[in-house]
This record gives sequence, structure tokens and C-alpha cells, in this order.
Amino acid sequence: MLRYAVKRVALAIVILFTVMLAMYAMVFLVPGDPAALALGPRATPELKALLRERMGLDEPVLMQVWHFFHNAATGDLGYDVWSKRPVLDQILEFFPNTLVLGVTALGWAVVLGIALGCAAVVWRGTVTDRLLGILSVGLISVPAFVVAIYAILIFAVWLRWLPAIGAGTPGDIGSQLRALVLPAFALGIGWVGYLARLVRASLLEVMGENYIRTARAFGLPERKVVFRYALRVAIIPTIALLAVGLGSILSSAVFVETVFGRPGIGTLITGAVQKRNYPVVMGTVLFMTAFYLFIVTAADLLIARLDPRVRDVFRQ
Amino acid sequence: MSEPVLSVENLSLRYRVPGGAIAALRNVSIAVRQGEVLGIAGESGCGKSTLAAAMIDLVGTNAEVTSGVVRLNGRDILALSPVDRRRLRGREIAMVFQDPMTAFSPVLTVGAQLVDFQFNLDGLAGREKWRRARDMLARVGLSDPDHAMGRFPHELSGGMRQRAAIAAALLMRPSVLIADEPTTALDVTMEAQIVHLLRQLQADYRCAIVIVTHHLGVIAELCDRVAVMYAGEVVEEAPVDALFHDPRHPYTRALLACDPARIEAATGRLPAIGGRLPDLSSPPTGCSFADRCGIATDRCRAAPPPRVGLGPDRNALCHEVAP
Ligand SMILES: Nc1ncnc2c1ncn2[C@@H]1O[C@H](COP(=O)(O)OP(=O)(O)OP(=O)(O)O)[C@@H](O)[C@H]1O
Ligand SMILES: [Mg+2]
Repeated sequence: MLRYAVKRVALAIVILFTVMLAMYAMVFLVPGDPAALALGPRATPELKALLRERMGLDEPVLMQVWHFFHNAATGDLGYDVWSKRPVLDQILEFFPNTLVLGVTALGWAVVLGIALGCAAVVWRGTVTDRLLGILSVGLISVPAFVVAIYAILIFAVWLRWLPAIGAGTPGDIGSQLRALVLPAFALGIGWVGYLARLVRASLLEVMGENYIRTARAFGLPERKVVFRYALRVAIIPTIALLAVGLGSILSSAVFVETVFGRPGIGTLITGAVQKRNYPVVMGTVLFMTAFYLFIVTAADLLIARLDPRVRDVFRQ
Repeated sequence: MSEPVLSVENLSLRYRVPGGAIAALRNVSIAVRQGEVLGIAGESGCGKSTLAAAMIDLVGTNAEVTSGVVRLNGRDILALSPVDRRRLRGREIAMVFQDPMTAFSPVLTVGAQLVDFQFNLDGLAGREKWRRARDMLARVGLSDPDHAMGRFPHELSGGMRQRAAIAAALLMRPSVLIADEPTTALDVTMEAQIVHLLRQLQADYRCAIVIVTHHLGVIAELCDRVAVMYAGEVVEEAPVDALFHDPRHPYTRALLACDPARIEAATGRLPAIGGRLPDLSSPPTGCSFADRCGIATDRCRAAPPPRVGLGPDRNALCHEVAP
């Protein structure tokens, strides 16, 4: 297990370096001077030179790469070109909002999705199963921002139960929670459908396995058969998907954050791209990549804990 | 003659499939007495596994019992509530499956599963269940039972897993043990060891054993009585010596003639029974074996054969056998 863990973490670090390198290369390969692009056509040469210096673009390329790696490794992601604030500060300010949104959205989707998937298996072949199937496909195909707009219309504008925009008053948990409901609903609802389908499919596959028959042959009650013997194996692909899911849910948070006017990584990065604020864009992408790799690696380690066969394959 | 512990009486079962049904068992009657080993033989697809599964009430969801009863220690188990049926399993009757590779969950240790399987043994603490499981592993010949308890199934060899599966079944102290091809997935040496083990355990525990196999050598080694199945019917039932020395049903004769262990040495090649099993979705009106039988007459094709008694514990389903 330890060897497997070390290998997975090493792999994650290699990937992270590759991504950093690719990002750096991207900045240099894109035609034009980033400083000129950022300042627009009417900028004076002095201003451009100042910005170039501030962005570190006048150093030799290898030095720049070295600085970038070195700084990133020590947690320094550079400074915002415009506000001069450290990029990491901004990320740390906005990221918790996005993370809370993503985790809440995925959290309720997981609970409901697994429940619906199990329900479909328990009542397989019946009307319930078929209705759940239609419902899931429906949920998967509706885009999150459409749900968001309808949710605002119904719950915020007509019923006035919940706020339409913002992230709530800082320090007031109640208002923050109320502000979280609609975005988390809009962001998670598609995942309910996905997860219900996935859990149903993998559970059905597992229920046909011989060891399920063995468990039944020893007269284990059905709840033990389903939850201890079937779900434990069937959940493995779900965990793998969840890791990817959190990554994609964080990136699709951009839409939902925009619709709900919620400060978060999505709004930070869209703003930075519009202003060609390279340090912020690069810092944010790097941060998100690191976070994503962390989640995926953690999920792989969890899977290896749940499924002893995985770690043995790696051992050989 | 003692009372049977498990009996199947006139059992008919079919599988619902798209566009019809497969008559997998037709009027099967068979019984096994305490301490007896009953073998079920027959070629692939004749319904052996279905019969074994029906005995322990584990047929698939598309199976439907159309008539008959299954009696375990005097009770008609098909008439019991699902909960009562479930509680009989793993207490009075237990099963060992063909494929030891997949019979255990891959994500739980062998020990954890052996403890789980004792679910229906009331009044035992978890620690006690663990100790019983460990002792039983030692009993079935695992050299380091404590180590094996903590292993995952894929970390044990096929033979060790099959031993563990037998241990699991015996933990229940069942009155009947059903083994569906317990040695088919194993190599010859392993097979001999498992057969030896089953015989030993049977002598110690005195449980009745129903063993499904297409390996006649296993039957000769292990069984007291044999039921030969063909196309969902028991075509001949006989004590094991009588069956091997004096097979009466033409199908049994053909089957014995096919057994590689008996003839390979003599002729150096494998004969096979010509023809195929009849289509079980529309079984023939006459004898099922008529199309492949060397001595079939018009009567065989026209009318269902009678069950002819051939002495104690002996009968055959055939027009052409003489009592
Ligand atoms: N779940 C099922 N649904 C439909 N048909 C089935 C099902 N299980 C078995 N059958 C059919 O029922 C018949 C008897 O099958 P069974 O598995 O009992 O045979 P068997 O004698 O055990 O064969 P084998 O030696 O190959 O294990 C076969 O024709 C088989 O195709
Ligand atoms: Mg079979």
C-alpha cells in the first residue's frame, strides 16, 4: 500500500510539472508580447517596458522558467499585474467559495444519485425503474445554467424564499447557507442523473457475480447482500468518477457563479482572462491543476484501500 | 430405510426467456438420506445446476417452479415465507459452488466473509465466529489458518479457496451440503485432494451430500447413489456400483462409454454421443433421448416413457428396459 501511495504521488508531481511547463510554453508560443497585449494598442513603450519588467518578461527564458518553478514550489504564484496583490491571496480568497459550492453540489448529488441507483436496482424492471431512467437522462441533458435561471425565477423571484445573487453576508452563516442552496442545486442536479445511472449499472453488474450468490446461499439478509457485498464493489467506479466529477464541477462552476453573481474561482479566472492578467490566469490554472491532481490521487488511494486487487496489480 | 433429509418431489421448473420458456426440470423426484452421498450426473445443459439451485432455493429471478415440492427435514420449503427460507440457508443446508475464483467477494478478507456467513447461527459472538472459522480452515487442511483468515481471496490458490468454500459450508453444520461441480475448476491433483477431503469430512460430520459433477471418476470415488439426468429429467437412478457395472438406461450406457477415464486407455480416443440435447423450449412428446438412442422404436417417439422400477433404489425412465 505504501509503495503504491508513493508511486501515485510521484506520478501526480510529474504531471503537475508537465502542466506548468506546458503553461509556460503557451505564454511564449502565443504570438505577440503579453505586456503589449495586456495594455492594448495605445500603450506607450515606457509603460510596456514597465509591465514587462513587472511580469518578469525581460529575463532570459530559462531564468524565467526557473523562477516560476521555484516560486510556485514555495507557494509564490506572482503578483496581479493590475492590483499588485499576490495571486495566491486572491485565489485563497475566492477558492473556498467555489469549493464549498462544488462540494455541496456534488455532495447532495452523490447521496441522491446513489439512493436512486439503488432504488432502480431494488425495483429493477418495474415502472419505477423505467421512470427513474427517464428522469436521470432528463437531468443529465439539461444544462446547469438553464436550471439556474429557472431556479432563480421560481425560488427567488416568484416565491422569494432564497436570494437570487451573491454569496451571502460574510460572517453570517445563515445568509451564506441560504445563498448556497440555489447554486448548489443548479450545479448538482445533472450529477444526480449521472450517478444514478452509473450506480444502477455497476450495481446490476455486481449483483450477477458469483459471490453475491454465495452470500445469498448462506442466507445473508438482502440488505447485507446489497450494502456489504454489492455496493462495496459497485461504488468503486463511482469514486473514480467523483474525483473527475469534482474537477469538472469546479470548472463548470464558472457558469453558475456568473449566473448567480457569486464570487469564486470562476469569476476570478474569467475576469483575469478578459484583462489578459497572465500571472492570475497561470496561478489560478496551476492551483486548480494541483488541487485536481490532489483529489484524483486521493481517490485512487481510496480505491486501492477498498479494492485490494488494485494495489496488487501495481505491486507486480 | 431412514427418512430422507432432503427430497424433491415431481419438481418442474422453467426459465422464462424472451419469446417463451425453457423447461429446465421436468417432474424430477430425488431424495437423499442422512449421511448419504448422492451424485448428479449428465451432460452439459441437462439441468444439474438448476436442480442443485432449486434444492437450496437459489434459482434465478426468471425461474418459475410450475409444480412439485422441495422438502427439507420434512418441511416444504417452497411454502415457507421468504424470510424463513433464507434462514434455512446457511443453517440446515449449505452450498459449495463450482468456481472458487469468484465464489468469494474480492474486497473482503476470507476471515471477514467466513464470519459473515455464520449470520444465521444465533447466539454466537463475533469472536467465537472468528475462532470457529479459523478452526474449520485448519480442519479442511489449510496449513496456516490464521494467515489465511487475513488474506483476500485472490491471494489464495484455487485449491485453497475451494477448501475455504467447503469450510464455509461446513461451518453451518448443515444436514445437507450441496456441491455444484466442486472440482471442475481445479487441476487433477487438486481434484483428487478435494474429493479425498470431502470423503473424510462426510465421514466425520455425517451430513448428506449432493454432488453435481460430469466427472464419473468423482462419482465412483465419492457417491453412494447416482441420478443420471437428461434434458431436465432423471432418466436413471441407481446405487453407484450397480450403475457402473450394469447401466440400464441407454443414455447411461452411452455416458459411461464416453467417459474418458474408462476408455481412453483402451482405444486412445474419445467417443461422443451423437446428436444433441432436444430443444428444451418445446420438449418432445415421446422419450427425450429417442433421437439419439440406438434402440429407440416408434413407441419411444410417440409416448412418454414410464418409470420402471428395477429393484431397491433403482429405476429408469425408459420403454425398453425390462424390470
Ligand atoms: N437463468 C437462466 N435463464 C434461462 N435459461 C437458463 C438459465 N439457467 C440455465 N438455463 C438453461 O437451463 C438449462 C439447464 O441449465 P443448467 O445450468 O441447470 O445445466 P447444467 O446441467 O448445470 O449444465 P453444465 O454442465 O453446463 O453446468 C440449459 O438449457 C440452460 O441454458
Ligand atoms: Mg452446471
